[in-house]
Amino acid sequence: MKTNKFWPWLIFILGAAYFIIPLLATFIFSLRMRRDALSFDAYVSVFSDPKFFATFGYSLVVGVFTIIVGVLVVVPAVYFVRLRMPWLKPIMEFTTLLPLMIPALVLVYGYIRLYGSSSLIPFTGSVLGTDILLTCAYVMLALPYMYRAVDNGMRTIDIGTLTEAAQIAGANQVQIIGQIILPNILVAILSGAFLTFAIVIGEFTIASLLARPAFGPYLVGIGTNRAYEPAALAIISFVITWGAMGMINVLGRFAPRTSARNT
Amino acid sequence: MAAFLEVNNLVKSFGSNTVVKGVNFAFDKGEFISLLGPSGCGKTTILRMIAGFENPTSGSIKVDGQDITGLKPNQRQLGMVFQAYALFPNLNVGDNIGFGLKIAGMPADERRARVDEMLKLIGLPGFEKRYPYEMSGGQQQRVALARAIAPRPRMLLLDEPLSALDAKIRVSLREEIRAIQLDLGITTVFVTHDQEEALSISDRIVVMNAGNIDQLGAPHEIYNKPATRFVATFVGHLNTIEATVLDAAAKTVSIDGQTATVPALPTTANNGSAVSLTLRPEVLAVGAREGSDITLTGTIADVTFLGSVIRLRVQLGQNVVSLDTFNDQRTAPPARGEPVTISLASKDLLVL
Amino acid sequence: MTDTASQPTQRRRIPWDALAIAPFVIFAVMFLVLPTISLIGGAFTDRAGNFTFENIGGLFTPQILNAYWISIRVSGASAILGALIGLAITLAIIRGKLPAPLRSAVMTFSGVASNFAGVPLAFAFIASLGRIGLVTIILRDVFGLDLYRAGFSLFSFWGLTLTYLYFQIPLMMLTIAPAIDGLKKEWNEAAQMLGASQWQFWRYVGLPILWPSVLGTLSLLFANAFGAIATAWALTGSNLNIVTVLLYNQIRGDALQNPGLGAALALGMIVITSLANIIYLFVAQRAERWMK
Repeated sequence: MKTNKFWPWLIFILGAAYFIIPLLATFIFSLRMRRDALSFDAYVSVFSDPKFFATFGYSLVVGVFTIIVGVLVVVPAVYFVRLRMPWLKPIMEFTTLLPLMIPALVLVYGYIRLYGSSSLIPFTGSVLGTDILLTCAYVMLALPYMYRAVDNGMRTIDIGTLTEAAQIAGANQVQIIGQIILPNILVAILSGAFLTFAIVIGEFTIASLLARPAFGPYLVGIGTNRAYEPAALAIISFVITWGAMGMINVLGRFAPRTSARNT
Repeated sequence: MAAFLEVNNLVKSFGSNTVVKGVNFAFDKGEFISLLGPSGCGKTTILRMIAGFENPTSGSIKVDGQDITGLKPNQRQLGMVFQAYALFPNLNVGDNIGFGLKIAGMPADERRARVDEMLKLIGLPGFEKRYPYEMSGGQQQRVALARAIAPRPRMLLLDEPLSALDAKIRVSLREEIRAIQLDLGITTVFVTHDQEEALSISDRIVVMNAGNIDQLGAPHEIYNKPATRFVATFVGHLNTIEATVLDAAAKTVSIDGQTATVPALPTTANNGSAVSLTLRPEVLAVGAREGSDITLTGTIADVTFLGSVIRLRVQLGQNVVSLDTFNDQRTAPPARGEPVTISLASKDLLVL
Repeated sequence: MTDTASQPTQRRRIPWDALAIAPFVIFAVMFLVLPTISLIGGAFTDRAGNFTFENIGGLFTPQILNAYWISIRVSGASAILGALIGLAITLAIIRGKLPAPLRSAVMTFSGVASNFAGVPLAFAFIASLGRIGLVTIILRDVFGLDLYRAGFSLFSFWGLTLTYLYFQIPLMMLTIAPAIDGLKKEWNEAAQMLGASQWQFWRYVGLPILWPSVLGTLSLLFANAFGAIATAWALTGSNLNIVTVLLYNQIRGDALQNPGLGAALALGMIVITSLANIIYLFVAQRAERWMK
C-alpha cells in the first residue's frame, strides 16, 4: 500500500511558487537600480534617508508603548476573569474578536469624530494627545492577538492551582501576579508582544489619518515617488517581520509545558 | 479442514528495527485468539498487518483461503475496534453503525433494520440519534463494536479495546464481547497487554516476546505449563525458590534442608549446583494440605487484604514467596511478623 | 452557615477584581463601544443634529453601491480562494505525509506571510507583477506572454485578489492546521476497515469535521480583506473604487461632502462584516450539532 505523494507535492510546489516568486522577484528588482549591474544602491539610498530612521524610530517607540499598555490592560483582566469571574469569559472573548470584525478604518473614524479637538476628551487637540490616541488605537488593533497569547499562556500553567498554592504560602495579590504569574506567562506575553510589533511597525491607515510621522505613511510616500526603493523597503519589511516571528518561534522553546498544553 | 486465519513467516521491519521476526500461526473459524505481550512485542504490528495498515516486509496472511497480503484495508472485509473508540464524531450512533453498510450500498430501510438489530445486540436500543460525545466510554466502545460487526465482516480485530475504560466496565464489556463473539461465531483477534483479560476471554492465546511467539495455546496450557520463563512471569504471578541439586539423575533437590523430587531439571544441572525453582502462588498453602510433601517455615513479611483473598508474602531464608489464602470471616487475618508454616507438592515445582 | 461566613471575604474581593478588569473595560468602552455608537448615531443624524434616514438613503448611489460591491467581491473571492487553497496546502503538508521539517518551515513562513500585509506587500507585487515588474517582464521576454496585453492588471479586481491571497492563504493555514491535527488517524483507519475509499472518508467524515473550522476562518478572512486598505491604497491609489478607499478619502477630506454620509458608509461596513459573521454562526450551529 504505497501512498501516492504526487498530489501533495504538486500542491505544495505550486503554493511555494506563489509565495516565493514575488519575494525573489522583489529582491532582484531591488538590486537593479544601477542600469548596468546588480547593486545594493536601492538599499544605500533607503538607509541614507534620515526620514527612514526618523519614521522607523517613531513607529518603534509607539510599538513599545503599545506593547506596555496592551500588557497592562490584558494581563490583569485575563487573570481575574479566569480566576474569579469565569462567567465573563465569553463576553471577553467576543470583545477581543470585535477588532477583527470592525475594520480599523471604521474605528479610527469613530475616534476622530469622538475625540476631536472640540470634544470632551480632545486627544487630537495636541501632538502628545494624538500620540496617545495612536497608541491606544494600536492596542485595540493588537488586542485579539495579545489576548489570545496571554490566555493561552495562562491556560498552560493552570493559574488557579498556582494562585492557591501561593496563597497557602502566604503571598498577597500583588506578589502572586508579580512573582508567580508574570514570570510563568512571560513567554506568552513576549509572543504577543512580537506579534503586536509586527502589526504596528508598518501600519499605515491609522497613522496616516491621525497625521503622525510613522513608518507606514513614509512607505506610501516612497512608493509614489520612487521606483527601486519600494522594492528594497519591501524586502527590509519582510526581514523585520521574519525577525519578529522568528523571535516568537525561538521563545516557544522556552514556554512552560504542562499537560494542559495537550488538551 | 483448512485454517481460517493463516499467518506464514510474517516479518516486519521498520528500517533496521525488526519488530516481527517470522511469525507463524493458524486458527480455525470462530476462534477467539488473543495476541498477548508487553508493549513493543510486535502484537499490535501483527494486527495492523492483518488489517492492512502495515505492509509485511515478508510473509503472507490468508483469510478463508484467500491471500489478503496485498489487499488494501478497505478490500479485506474485516471489522476492527480501536483502543480510543474512534467513532466518527460528526455522525450519530445510527449513522456510525450504518457507515459500513452505506459504503457497501445497502438500501436505507435494510440499513435501518440492521442498525436496530445491532443496537439491541449491544444493549443500547433507542440510542441511534445520540452523538458520541453524549455517551460514556463504555457505551462508545459498544457502539464501535456494533459498527465493526454490522457489515458482517469475515473477521473481527480488536486493538486493546478495553484499556481506555474503567476497571469495572472493562470486565463487564469483556464478558459482553465474548458473548457476542460466541453468538455470532465470528473469528476474532484480540490484542492486549493484560494477561488476565487474555486468559479470561480467549480460546487460544499467542504470547509474544520481542517479535517472536513464545507460546501458543489454550489459556490453561499457557498458565499451567508456561513454555518459557518469560511466559511464566508475564502470565500470572510467579515465585522463585533457590535450591541445591542433590542428585541430578534422580531429580532430587534440597530446599531448606528438605529433599524434594522435581518433575524436571535443567540439563546443565550438576550435583551440588544451585537451581531456581518456580511455583505459582496458588500451589502454596498455609499449614498442611493434602498431597503436599514439602513443608517450609518462615515469617510473614507482608499482608495485603484483597477482599475475598488475602495475599501473604512470606520470608523463607533468603527467598520471599507470595501465596493467597481465602478470607475466612470467622478468624482474623494473619499479622506481619508471625511465624508461618507453608506446604507445597513437589510435582508443582517448575524448573525454567 | 457557610454562606454567611464566606460573604465578608467575598465582599473584600470585589474591589480587587473590579480594579483589575477596569482598564480592560474602560479601554473597550472608549475605543470600541463608544466609537461604534458614535458612528451609528452619526449615520442617523443630519448636519443640524436631527434624526434622519437621509444618510442611509444617500448610500444608494451607483458610486457607493459599486464600491461596496467591489469590496464584497474582492473580500469574498480572496476569502474563498484563500480558504480553499490554504486548506489544500495544509492538507497536502499534514495529511500528505510530506517530510516533517517541511511542515514547521511552512508554518513559520505562514506566520510571517500572514503578517506581511499592507504597504510592503503592495510594493512586492508591484515589483513582481506591476507593469515593469520582474515576473511581467520575464513572462513577456522569455515566454512571449504579455500579461497586460492579455487583459491582466495588478490594479484591477483580480490583481487585488491575487495580492490579498498572499496573507489570506497563510492565515487560513495557521487557523486550520490545529483542526487538521485534530483529525484522528483512527477515524481514517476505521473508515477504511468499513470499506470506505479515501474519497469517501473525506466526503462523509473528514471534511464534515473540518467544516465548522473552515467556515469560521472564512468569515475571519472575509472581514480581514473587507477592512483592509493599506495594500489597496499603496497598490492602486484611488484607482480601484473599494469602500475602504472611499471612506479613507471621506475621513481625510470629506470627499462625500457630508459627514453623516461617511458615518453611514462606516455603518454599512460594520453591517456587512456582522452579516458575514451571523451567516457563519447560523451555518456553524447546524454543522456543529455533534460538538460539545
